[in-house]
Amino acid sequence: MYGLGILKGMWVTLTHFVDTFVDDLRWLGRRYYTPEGIAHRSSKDSRGIFTVQYPEEKLPVPEEFRYIPFLIYDIDENGEHQDRCTSCGICAKVCPPQCIWIVRTEDPETKRPVPEPVEFFIDIDICMNCGYCSEYCPFQAIRMDHDYELSSFDRHAEHIFNKERLSKPAAYYNEIRPVNFAIDEAERAEKAAKKAGN
Amino acid sequence: MRFSALKRDERAGYEGHIVPASSLLEVAKALRDEDGFDLLSSVTAVDYLTDNEEEESFFEVVYHLYKSTGGGAEVLRVQVPRENPVVPSLVELYPGADFQEREAWDLMGIKFEGHPDLRRILMWEGFAGHPLRKDWKEVYFEEEAKPFGNRWPGGQVYRVEDQNPYGKNNQYPDGFDPESWVETEDPLLYENLEKAAREYTEDIDTEQVVVNLGPQHPSTHGVFRMAVRLDGETIVALKPVMGYLHRNHEKIGERNTYIMNMPFTDRLDYLASMSNNFGYALAVEKLMGDKVAPPERAEYLRVIMAELTRISNHLWAIGFLLNDLGAFFTPALYAIEERELILDIFEATAGSRMMCNYFRFGGVARDLPAGILPRMKDLVNERLPRKIDELDLYLSENELVRSRGEGVGIITPEDAIAFSATGPVLRASGVPYDIRRADPYSIYDRFKFDVAVRYHGDVYDRYMIRVDEMRQSLRILKQALKDLPEGEILTGHNPYQVRVPAGEAYGRVEGPKGELGYYIVSNGKPSPWRYHVRAPSFINLTILEKMCVGQKVADVVVNLGSIDIVLGEVDR
Ligand code: SF4
Ligand code: SF4
Repeated sequence: MYGLGILKGMWVTLTHFVDTFVDDLRWLGRRYYTPEGIAHRSSKDSRGIFTVQYPEEKLPVPEEFRYIPFLIYDIDENGEHQDRCTSCGICAKVCPPQCIWIVRTEDPETKRPVPEPVEFFIDIDICMNCGYCSEYCPFQAIRMDHDYELSSFDRHAEHIFNKERLSKPAAYYNEIRPVNFAIDEAERAEKAAKKAGN
Repeated sequence: MRFSALKRDERAGYEGHIVPASSLLEVAKALRDEDGFDLLSSVTAVDYLTDNEEEESFFEVVYHLYKSTGGGAEVLRVQVPRENPVVPSLVELYPGADFQEREAWDLMGIKFEGHPDLRRILMWEGFAGHPLRKDWKEVYFEEEAKPFGNRWPGGQVYRVEDQNPYGKNNQYPDGFDPESWVETEDPLLYENLEKAAREYTEDIDTEQVVVNLGPQHPSTHGVFRMAVRLDGETIVALKPVMGYLHRNHEKIGERNTYIMNMPFTDRLDYLASMSNNFGYALAVEKLMGDKVAPPERAEYLRVIMAELTRISNHLWAIGFLLNDLGAFFTPALYAIEERELILDIFEATAGSRMMCNYFRFGGVARDLPAGILPRMKDLVNERLPRKIDELDLYLSENELVRSRGEGVGIITPEDAIAFSATGPVLRASGVPYDIRRADPYSIYDRFKFDVAVRYHGDVYDRYMIRVDEMRQSLRILKQALKDLPEGEILTGHNPYQVRVPAGEAYGRVEGPKGELGYYIVSNGKPSPWRYHVRAPSFINLTILEKMCVGQKVADVVVNLGSIDIVLGEVDR
């Protein structure tokens, strides 16, 4: 029968329409603006519409999510910030669009490089969020951040992040990436043990 | 071989034969007609420039020929001097060489004698020089290869934009004035339209008009233009114009180190980044040899990701094909819902929804995080099959879809092969050519699946074949998820700079859009000497004119939609 195909199609749209309301009723008051509601909406059992009401509600990002890198510092007994970065330059060498700029420190007397960069810049307009800097850093010093709300009014003035802007405490890292943090800590402990043993 | 003119390529790491330019046509014809090498997959050129006094610099045009019945490649190469390089055109024998030869002319400056329409394809007329030549440099030139020396240890940051200000960031050919240049007078394009139109209407002289669909047009899926010549509503000639999104991916690739190219491949066909990674990883692994053979688990993960990508790509393609048909956004959004769930998996595993950057030489970057495997299984075993059936019920029998699709934009199997069409476009024309079966890579030979084929070669079949392929991908996924072994995900320690022995490799995968190939020449340095992408969306467009001539304007939009292009890959 001509038109049957169209009717079948309309049946599908009708089911979608009804499903949305059925799901709304089943989840009365909890489908929107609650963490379970968001999780349900993007699960295999979700029926009806998926829409997330950004920015009122936000999808939680998974741990591996990567955006702009940040530098990690530890806080020592005296409350001083200790950069993990040794300015070894590997991240600057592996960065595909070459948007990392590092100024290495020199000891004023011996002229030998000392670990800890004087400055560290990332041009976030150019960063392609690839995650290589974090992947190849041998000192667990640079990791990928989750913060994706970075719009600003003046990109010329604000989009080159310097060391101060990039640095975040290890506790923050633990907060956003607990699994990765644990792996890094284990590696660092192993390295420290080796050093102590020598 | 029976041709005295053919010489085996003796260079270490190279395969195939060197042909003198004068006998290329004869050899290619014999290969096509007698040996069955009917599918000209890739045409590209390499600039072997050397400053060594004792060696000679030359251009080499490289042809990869395959049989549409499956099997390995026959590689032909023609070497010509760098001054006034001329090579006979293969368009007569293989119409699929058309755009690829134009690309080689545009980017490398090789003249193809006998090409009916040899003009720039990705660059515009106001571009000076041929950028893939090794001695070509842009206006603001930083350094020959990355990493750049001034980033570390004395990295005094500056913005590249400030060094390369607008207005001074261009060089024009001699005698070219950008101010007085008018696009509508682009003589070559319109002359060729007219030439094609004359062939169409020999007998009567009717009033014809030229219409530009695009570059800004809702049907073109990006910035793409079709210059069409119309007789009333009927198309008499059509020329695609592209390159608006060109960024010279290949030149960037030749200045990157090998590993740096991986995230750049994500940006080719940005709807299928996992597939892009796959092809590139295969090509480099071919060069590096067995020491980077991926472990079992990595092979499975690669296949799983590639097949999920195929499903998400086809969902998108179907949704937007329906948009082009006028079913505005309801089908597209239903399809995108499912794609969303697949992207969630990519995001949780690779860290990004679209720019996955997941493959490494010798494996993959990360293992599956906790909790993802059950989610994948739910999706593959429960949700996606149900949703694909629903999509099928929703659209496949719809009378409007059928009447707009059936008999429209027909491609015969002979034409499809001759025009080097690959992927769903080729298989919808009745040619069961799927690289996963025809020339298996990775571990595809272990899975049970059918190569989807449809036989009418029209828009409707190109829609249906994508539904079929999604079902086959689900079959592969079910097997792969069931058998996924435990173990390592990467061979070796993932160094930040890999050592790639000198030689060449062509790695190809069956991407969602067709044959995605990477041709890489290494000279043992940290960056590839030549890095070429055989882009399926780009080459599938070669047949667009043929599909459209004689049809109505409204069908052009649908025909284009049924090829499924992504401009990131067309323009590179
Ligand atoms: S690789 Fe790590 S330690 Fe080395 S410079 Fe970069 S952030 Fe610092
Ligand atoms: S994420 Fe990639 S592009 Fe961005 S700074 Fe790190 S290495 Fe460079």
